[in-house]
Amino acid sequence: MLRDITLGQYYQTDSVIHKLDPRVKLIATVCFIISLFIVGSWVGYAVAAVFLAVSVKLSNVPFKFMVKGMRAIVFILLITVVFNLFLTPGEVLLSVWKIRITKEGLRMALQMAVRLSFLIIGSSVMTLTTTPNSLTDAMEKLMKPLKIFKVPVHEVAMMMSIALRFIPILLEETDKIMKAQIARGADFESGNLIKKAKAMVPLLVPLFISAFRRANDLAMAMEARCYRGGEHRTKMKPLKYAARDKAAYGILAVYFGVCIAIGVFL
Amino acid sequence: MGIIKTDKLVFEYIRRDEEGNVEGITRAVDEVDLDVRQGDFVAVLGHNGSGKSTLAKHINAILYPTEGTVWVDGMDTKEDKDLWNIRQEAGMVFQNPDNQIIGQVVEEDVGFGPENMGIPTEEIWERVEESLKAVGMYQYRKFSPNKLSGGQKQRVSIAGVIAMHPKCIILDEPTAMLDPNGRKEVVRAVRALNDVEGITVILITHYMEEIIHADKVFVMDKGKIAMQGTPREIFSQVGKLKHLRLDVPQVTLLAHELKKSGVNLPDGILTVEELTQELMHVYESRKSAPHLVGLENDRERV
Repeated sequence: MLRDITLGQYYQTDSVIHKLDPRVKLIATVCFIISLFIVGSWVGYAVAAVFLAVSVKLSNVPFKFMVKGMRAIVFILLITVVFNLFLTPGEVLLSVWKIRITKEGLRMALQMAVRLSFLIIGSSVMTLTTTPNSLTDAMEKLMKPLKIFKVPVHEVAMMMSIALRFIPILLEETDKIMKAQIARGADFESGNLIKKAKAMVPLLVPLFISAFRRANDLAMAMEARCYRGGEHRTKMKPLKYAARDKAAYGILAVYFGVCIAIGVFL
Repeated sequence: MGIIKTDKLVFEYIRRDEEGNVEGITRAVDEVDLDVRQGDFVAVLGHNGSGKSTLAKHINAILYPTEGTVWVDGMDTKEDKDLWNIRQEAGMVFQNPDNQIIGQVVEEDVGFGPENMGIPTEEIWERVEESLKAVGMYQYRKFSPNKLSGGQKQRVSIAGVIAMHPKCIILDEPTAMLDPNGRKEVVRAVRALNDVEGITVILITHYMEEIIHADKVFVMDKGKIAMQGTPREIFSQVGKLKHLRLDVPQVTLLAHELKKSGVNLPDGILTVEELTQELMHVYESRKSAPHLVGLENDRERV
């Protein structure tokens, strides 16, 4: 279930996308997501699809890894599609009893489906090719100006990278606790939604306790290794733009320009 | 004065019940005097709750003494201005490998300490390379820590500490969560650091097999140092160790039992090779002096 979310799971391989500066990838992902919402036509989605397909291909990450991330949002996807399909007013295509499917509804539903799945795949490309640490480095660097407003940029970045690092560990732990509970007769499978939710309580309590314990240990380990916040800190991998990053920015600018043009003129 | 010295170190914590009322005061460390010389391999033994981990946390200035003083390389851990120097000079490796690896990639984790110390980028890379090589994990530098075995993770943690160029490493039960193979890997890495790099090692453990190579052993019980000496001196007192609820290595135990039933063996035998040699010795000497009684019986037993 939770295991399927690929967000925050780095896929180790060598590719152009992996080598790009994380800031480029971060900005590109944001631009890509924005572009999905500016373009309102199939031409625009086609352009986005090409852009996405090329990035996926260049990233050398097997496509099935990206699709894995989709499984987690299937439910949200279905809800959006269903709501858009049945509740959009307009020219009626099909009408059974009180349910109507309109032309606009169909269009909206399909577009929403495409948008959402592109969005997930797009952000998966980023998270699969960028280590969470360099990703948070990028965020830290990009958000540095916010420091003037006393935003604890470094601390937030550090928290995020730690959260990401512990996702697989806590998942494994959940699995372990679940099995331990099942072995003692707990039932997580049957019953209605409320019953299932209630069954989660004996799972969540030990999980939380262990998470706090881990947090305590980790804080101690970090302090023991001289961690004292962002001050005086140097970087092992400082972010520096290379030629390929500039080229990537160029391509991104062209793509974004085309999308805006499509959004405005089509 | 050695690299690490404690003087009448006392640490107390207040036990509270669920409402936060004081239930009592526990003395986790009780008047401990410790003096560790630079380059020594020191082992601290003790069963659960003997105060050995609490003692370790004092050396890294994670805990401060209630009474008494701890000096690391001449610096008092109570002085705030020396805090970061102390933590750099006395690196610490903890029990759970998962809870002390911060980086998502092995090399990033090893670089975490030097980054915090404000080391220039090129030097961080040099240090990461050299420390990963020192623990034999260089080929895994691009791996995610989640893909490593327990022993490998723990070696990465050790590399993360070495990269800070400490004079002393404190390992707080680094092998408690590992399988026998992982345990061997870690102990081998730690010994190499001590032999080759000359780093002072303080190994806290309850596995007897890990301390036979130590220069000095401290046995803790109820917050106090109950025994101290070389491994041989410690292991020659099998009765006392058992009284402190500590296991003795099987070889030592066998030698002890043999001696009790009359075989002429020295005290404190630590390895299988040693026992074999001593037994051969006994056998040879009895062959040349056949008037001794009980030879045949002893041979049977051996």
